[in-house]
Amino acid sequence: MPVIETENRKDLVEIENVTIRFAGDSGDGMQLTGTQFTNTSAILGNDISTLPDFPAEIRAPAGSLPGVSGFQINFSSRDIRTPGDEPNVLVAMNPAALKVNIHDLEKGGILIINSDAFAELNLKKAGYEKNPLEDGSLSGYRVISIPLTELNLNALKELSLGKKEADRCKNFFALGMMYWLYDRPLDPTLNWMQSKFQKNPVVLEANVRALRAGFNYADTTELFTTHYRVRKASLAPGKYRNITGNEATALGFIAAAQVAKRPLFYASYPITPASDILHELSRHKNFGIKTFQAEDEIAAMTAAIGASFAGHLGLTGTSGPGVALKSEAIGLAVMTELPVVIANIQRGGPSTGLPTKTEQADLLQAMFGRNGECPVPIVAAATPSDCFAMAFEAFRIATMFMTPVFYLSDGYLGNGSEPWKLPKVDELPKIDIEYRTEAEGFHPYLRNEATLARPWAIPGTPGLEHRIGGLEKQHITGNVSYDPDNHEFMVRLRAEKVARIANFIPEVEVFGKPEGKVLVVGWGGTYGAITSAVEMMQTRGKSVSSVHLRHLNPFPKNLGEVLSRFEKVLVPELNLGQLCLLLRARYLVDAIGFNKVKGHPFKISELVRKMEQLV
Amino acid sequence: MSENGKQNGKGAGVVELKRQDFMTDQEVRWCPGCGDYSILAQTQKTLPDLKIPRENFVFVSGIGCSSRFPYYVNSYGFHSIHGRAPAVATGIKAARPELSVWVITGDGDALSIGGNHFMHVIRRNLDINIILFNNRIYGLTKGQYSPTSEFGKKTKSTPQGSIDYPINPLCVALANEATFVGRSIDVDVKHLSTVLTLAANHKGVSFVEVFQNCNIFNDGAFKHFTEREHREDRTINLEHGKPMIFGKDRNKGLRLNGIKLEVVELGNGITEADLLVHDAHSSDPSLAYMLARMEYPEFPVPIGVFHAVGKPTYDELMEAQVQDSISRMGPGNLEKLLNSGDTWVVE
Repeated sequence: MPVIETENRKDLVEIENVTIRFAGDSGDGMQLTGTQFTNTSAILGNDISTLPDFPAEIRAPAGSLPGVSGFQINFSSRDIRTPGDEPNVLVAMNPAALKVNIHDLEKGGILIINSDAFAELNLKKAGYEKNPLEDGSLSGYRVISIPLTELNLNALKELSLGKKEADRCKNFFALGMMYWLYDRPLDPTLNWMQSKFQKNPVVLEANVRALRAGFNYADTTELFTTHYRVRKASLAPGKYRNITGNEATALGFIAAAQVAKRPLFYASYPITPASDILHELSRHKNFGIKTFQAEDEIAAMTAAIGASFAGHLGLTGTSGPGVALKSEAIGLAVMTELPVVIANIQRGGPSTGLPTKTEQADLLQAMFGRNGECPVPIVAAATPSDCFAMAFEAFRIATMFMTPVFYLSDGYLGNGSEPWKLPKVDELPKIDIEYRTEAEGFHPYLRNEATLARPWAIPGTPGLEHRIGGLEKQHITGNVSYDPDNHEFMVRLRAEKVARIANFIPEVEVFGKPEGKVLVVGWGGTYGAITSAVEMMQTRGKSVSSVHLRHLNPFPKNLGEVLSRFEKVLVPELNLGQLCLLLRARYLVDAIGFNKVKGHPFKISELVRKMEQLV
Repeated sequence: MSENGKQNGKGAGVVELKRQDFMTDQEVRWCPGCGDYSILAQTQKTLPDLKIPRENFVFVSGIGCSSRFPYYVNSYGFHSIHGRAPAVATGIKAARPELSVWVITGDGDALSIGGNHFMHVIRRNLDINIILFNNRIYGLTKGQYSPTSEFGKKTKSTPQGSIDYPINPLCVALANEATFVGRSIDVDVKHLSTVLTLAANHKGVSFVEVFQNCNIFNDGAFKHFTEREHREDRTINLEHGKPMIFGKDRNKGLRLNGIKLEVVELGNGITEADLLVHDAHSSDPSLAYMLARMEYPEFPVPIGVFHAVGKPTYDELMEAQVQDSISRMGPGNLEKLLNSGDTWVVE
């Protein structure tokens, strides 16, 4: 590591890539601290990837293991795709945070500890019999033990602030230290504080002082002899912003509505980790967006269907348990052939499962989780910023084919963030919607020859009065029909309509050589880890390529042919093999699953190990 | 296809429609003698009087015998899924407040499987009309007891008698602060037409319970007070501003005794002045609630409009928030939105 500067007796060393994890009590403000570090690093031009990890409880008992909240950020001067396998630095605000996270810290990694929190009671709550700061158990790490609580209180003692309020600023003291350690400017966070606390000057001053005090403390004391610089990443030219998956999802839906020139109607029932989409869309009503916080998941789904019948872009968002409740109504949307998008921000299941942890175990639910033959197209986002593109794509398909569409994201994508190269509005795909207005020759179930879509004939249009519903439809007229031949015909027609979407979506692109030993097939939020692992294998000269599916129903047209060009097919998924099952059934390929259901994303290293076994 | 419906735009000008304009070519498939026929006929007769273009009507239903209704009304219609009609209607009306949206439902559909939506659509005061066909039985599934069936009712699913206490739809509506609550009877066609018209003209959620005879599975459920020979003695029609008098001879009335209602006979020192005067527009629904709880034989069965008050509607409030956002922030600009927050440029 080259020393590029020496000032104040301290070296400034350039490094390529750092992963930091902030960990503390769920009331310690770790998510906020991590977000600030992320935004500052993004503005600085690093490539970034984040992994917030927090408990389902809002405030689990203070100091307890279940109450630990963490935020991991990977920032780099090169192109990165994951939040990092092992943190290089762990900031532990209390014993519980240490205990939960220490096993992930790389050997010899930097461990910054708030020693003030290591009193007997807290140690007991975390299940430590001896103080780990004193028993030698941390000897494998570079431990930097700091009386952070006291230092922070001292920095704020001149302010008329209660001890409790003053103590709440200590996360910014820690952040200030990290800003010094990684050579980051304070301005972005100071600016944020100005607008966040403008109505409360004392709190503003306290947070500003805590941040500066932390920075200065790291600079002047002898604890740190070196600090580090991570240069700008060489990202593709363009304008960027940092974005979480849930924000990108909301923006993708807004963009679709703007391009389609139709109002968006979002009906949703609060659920983790999808609620942020409701919050985000509620802020943008000046786009003509209507948001409806429904009484339950079923009402959210059916209201979205009602809005779609009325000519709006009907949308609902939820997570797996909510989709379970919506299933009957999704069938109604299939039968009535109305364009409506169901966003599933997946979380650990089954049942209530792991509300704040990620998983991708709802693919088969999206594919098959309804009564009857009930095909629904499925798209899935690959990265936080890809959420924008795929949310948009969901509405393009829904309106073009008059069908409900599943949009799958997950907790990892939804809460995680990365730099997003802003798309040009005039370069977005087209969404052309024409409501039927011509009464002559109108039949509710007469179809477009290419897409098999039926006409969108909305209330208020004279001469097109018609009735739809969940009972089987007679071909063309849409009248209720129990005729056996008609039923089979319509079942096959609905299936054919969804199958034809394959003619209107891009083919899969192979990452790496188009043929060889191992093809890794992924979908959803595992993109970053899989691609990084495959790249690592390729630099080792191994015959490994990958494809990542963003369309899961129907599959891209060339997928079967691509699969056939490889000796082995590996399908890593955060479930027990759902895509694997679909690929085996559809293409009769002996695909091998690599599966993990721990509520956490894949590590690059575990994928590399698996790939090494196969080549 | 009616010429009249076509030549009028959205709510512009006077619309001249006839009952026939609202009839469809679909064969009506209710059992012969079902009370639903009468409700359909009265609705089709009432709709032209509202002077709304036919294409602006949307009838939404759930599942059950009554929920076939939209197929038989020549307007836009949506036969949705069991219990969810109020939620489908919410999406339609909130998206398009200019539409006249009607929910057709039954006692099982609205009060059992759809109880949650029923409650919430009412408390939100969505500007729609909800017509609940109450036959106190599950007809389409062939004769199980419903949430309005009387305690002890013997049905296929309750051979020893039902142990469920019944629910009173009007009380549910009032408890949820419904802004219009009415009740009528399938066989009293004139009264039904009047109540439907009042409901349709009310701005805000209008809830109407219609006693409807299921002649197959629960025949005669209401006949002890609906049959012509004793209807006037056993029912009371609530009319705003009028004293609560009933009976063939108009000689019985209702008055308050303490905090309880009682039936009195006029004469012997009791005059009209002692009787309650119906105030449907009172902001306090307490008396309406007491009236709604009256049951035969202790009391006459009340019909008419119990409660009708004004309150901003959900759909107009939602639209107002959109307009307010536009006037505060300007119309949405996608380019600006995407470029908001902290951005940086990579050369």
